Amino acid sequence: MEKTWNNKAWFLVLPVLVLVAFSAVIPLMTVVNYSVQDTFGNNVFFWAGTEWFEELLSSSRFWEAMVRNLIFSFIILAIEVPLGIFIALNMPKKGWGVPVCLVLMALPLLIPWNVVGTIWQVFGRNDIGLLGYYVNALGIDYNYVQDPFDAWVTVIVMDVWHWTSLVVLLCYAGLVSIPDAFYQAAKIDGASRWAVFRYIQLPKMNRVLLIAVLLRFMDSFMIYTEPFVVTGGGPGNSTTFLSIDLVKTALGQFDLGPAAAMSLVYFLIVLLLSWVFYTVMTNYDAER
Amino acid sequence: MARIDVNHVRHSYLPNPQKDADFALREVHHTFEDGGAYALLGPSGCGKTTLLNIISGLLHPSHGQLLFNGKDVTNLSTQERNIAQVFQFPVIYDTMTVYDNLAFPLRNRGVPEADVDRKVRETLEMIDLASWAKKKARGLTADQKQKISLGRGLVRSDVNAILFDEPLTVIDPHMKWVLRSQLKQLHRRFGYTMVYVTHDQTEALTFADQVVVMYDGGIVQIGTPAELFERPRHTFVGYFIGSPGMNVMPVAIDGKTAKLGSQRIELPGVPKAGSGAIELGIRPEYVRLGRDGMAVSISKVEDLGRHKVVRANLEGREIAAVIGEDETVPADPKVRFDPAGINIYADSWRVEMGA
Amino acid sequence: MSGANERTTRQDRVSETTASEALASAMSQDQIARLMRRRGEESRWWWIVPTVYIIVLLLPIYWLINMSFKTNAEIVSSLTLYPHQPTIANYVTIFTDASWYSGYINSITYVVMNMVISVAAALPAAYAFSRYRFLGDKHLFFWLLTNRMAPPAVFALPFFQLYSAFGLIDTHIAVALAHCLFNVPLAVWILEGFMSGVPKEIDETAYIDGYSFPRFFIRIFMPLIASGIGVACFFCFMFSWVELLIARTLTTTDAKPIAATMTRTVSAAGMDWGLLAAAGVLTLIPGALVIWFVRNYIAKGFALGRV
Repeated sequence: MEKTWNNKAWFLVLPVLVLVAFSAVIPLMTVVNYSVQDTFGNNVFFWAGTEWFEELLSSSRFWEAMVRNLIFSFIILAIEVPLGIFIALNMPKKGWGVPVCLVLMALPLLIPWNVVGTIWQVFGRNDIGLLGYYVNALGIDYNYVQDPFDAWVTVIVMDVWHWTSLVVLLCYAGLVSIPDAFYQAAKIDGASRWAVFRYIQLPKMNRVLLIAVLLRFMDSFMIYTEPFVVTGGGPGNSTTFLSIDLVKTALGQFDLGPAAAMSLVYFLIVLLLSWVFYTVMTNYDAER
Repeated sequence: MARIDVNHVRHSYLPNPQKDADFALREVHHTFEDGGAYALLGPSGCGKTTLLNIISGLLHPSHGQLLFNGKDVTNLSTQERNIAQVFQFPVIYDTMTVYDNLAFPLRNRGVPEADVDRKVRETLEMIDLASWAKKKARGLTADQKQKISLGRGLVRSDVNAILFDEPLTVIDPHMKWVLRSQLKQLHRRFGYTMVYVTHDQTEALTFADQVVVMYDGGIVQIGTPAELFERPRHTFVGYFIGSPGMNVMPVAIDGKTAKLGSQRIELPGVPKAGSGAIELGIRPEYVRLGRDGMAVSISKVEDLGRHKVVRANLEGREIAAVIGEDETVPADPKVRFDPAGINIYADSWRVEMGA
Repeated sequence: MSGANERTTRQDRVSETTASEALASAMSQDQIARLMRRRGEESRWWWIVPTVYIIVLLLPIYWLINMSFKTNAEIVSSLTLYPHQPTIANYVTIFTDASWYSGYINSITYVVMNMVISVAAALPAAYAFSRYRFLGDKHLFFWLLTNRMAPPAVFALPFFQLYSAFGLIDTHIAVALAHCLFNVPLAVWILEGFMSGVPKEIDETAYIDGYSFPRFFIRIFMPLIASGIGVACFFCFMFSWVELLIARTLTTTDAKPIAATMTRTVSAAGMDWGLLAAAGVLTLIPGALVIWFVRNYIAKGFALGRV
């Protein structure tokens, strides 16, 4: 759409600016402030320079959490995106099944995150949980409280359970926007089911898939509540992701300086990712 | 290429059609001859696209039978019928190049790559896109995309028919004419059976040898453009074709004359008895405006450049007349009906006139 | 049978035309027809996939519901697929104990407050982004976007200190304002998508007809994007409702969300599973209700709002 140049539009944006300044800019400045100071309590602060940053970047704990988080993000992307596409392709296109599917599939998205954690905490327990009990009954030794591998499996299955629907809904929205004529033409051209997917459906889902991948990547990069409730970051540190580590440092130990430095580094990474996301999106739109 | 017989085909989108009004296609029984160029012409919702989709196999008719070259194909799928179809909005595979778009239907059928290449190059020449072969199909203009859709049909030299569903809707006006004449040329050179759906009479009349006029789920007339113009079988055809449409007025018949209010009109023959309301139809082109005949009052003169359309009032009814660009409207205007252009309708259907 | 005849006739016809000779020799019509028969047919078994998926989604939820109707004795003693001694005692506890049910009221209160604030602030801003170019608009939009992507964990501590300084800790408004961090950018984003779909001519016509901006916006423009506002409200509700980290950090007792009540009470009471499950089940209800109301817009909203 042709847009007119009008700087008075700033007045329309003003309420948003004030709100976001209050809820983002001021807190962020506090963080910057802490990150370069040290304290022994009683609100007495000392200039610490880049000390906290150096400490953070050389700490194996931080890098381990980071690597854990990256591995986690890639695993859930590798599962959720293909699975989401597959389910979206098999969704009904019309009739009573559509609202039923949409509502039931969206359900996990509206469960408070810690309740998601609680559901899986209970579901996976081998004494009172359906899943844990029957997996063990099948002769597989499964205990997410003690075994790091089982903890990972539980956290990943939980995330797939929780978020695959988002990918499904996005893909479905992309799919229903394809005009019937494309499918009819493909029939006439004798296209196989695979060719229809490869040359019609996939190209049309491009944009929503991009959104899905980037959203899921960022959200999984910030994941906190669900694994915290289920495993509390354990056993050991095996499921301690960046956010969990950060909250432990900040609110658990009240180490303001290191926590602030970590927040900033974390935030910069997210900022970088957002920038990539935004650039890819705008380039993609421009190409259309 | 194939001859297509549509045998008593009826179609309804409802699961249990009861009355006539439930049918989108009431009853169609017609043969599309091998190598013919047909246009299905009619207003929106008259069933023309339904009929086209039944021929292509995208829809399965509720009743009736479809034959290609005398063989029943009613229960065959679209692929097995081996037809090509061009849709209203260009359907292209926009991640592929122009070349790959055309090769797609052949590759799907497992044709060896050497033959694919030869056929695609031939087709690219035919549709005039040879220099675009390596370009991504996404960046093309609407008319080029439509040509690719057509090319995907042409590339399979054994197609039974090529079907067009209002293919020029999204094309710029000046390109419409170009595309239409290219289509016409392809038809003459290669003799495809073509069925072309449109609601635009100019498109239909210029494209087709035979125009099938549809109205309210049925065929009202099939004929050459000249027949549709001179002898509309139904008053709807009279209204729908021609600009402005045919003048139709209720009359009483008395032997070789028709009475319109206080006026008497000489007929070319004695109409065979028809039941129901009798009407006289005459195209504006056959209404002569001059100093003798029936007195009219002129309400408006529209100058269309090549000719003028005169709107006048005759015996309390609006009629239109077409006069030459350099003719003028006389001071005391009167009209005469050219007997060659008079048709008589009973209950909207045309009745023959004896000598 | 008639098919075989058809093929022979067609083959004859084909071999007449020189152009298709190569094709006909490379592959007979017979083969092609057989190949094509199987193509593109809708499978009759498509429904298995969504059905299985939905069952997998519902199973853990069922288990929670199942447990909520059991006594603790039954839960701990043996694994039963349905409550053998169904009880609503857990729900009675929640609805009679103020420390429990006030959690729901608190959650709903701040979620609704946040929804109203976010959408109200986002409406004019989204209009500005969809209609005008102005100094720094692109950067501003990007900056808003980064807040949507900001990890809540980063903000937990500074929020606590900021709201302490204003004396807002443990109030509903504190949580509502804090959640604006991610909901306002989101609402702007969704609404901008919907507004760009409304032709600009509508605005111009209204101004020519003598409408003032506020009157035009409320009387004409907002009804046009009603579904967009609905979708924005839905997502604001959703993200505010499911967020816990910030909500828990900013509240202690008076405004504590149900989700936080759940974790604390349970750990203090030494694992009252039935009660925990019942509280969990009750948190599902608002979400389920909201989805039901916007079910026709979910798919569209996800696509248009680019969430």
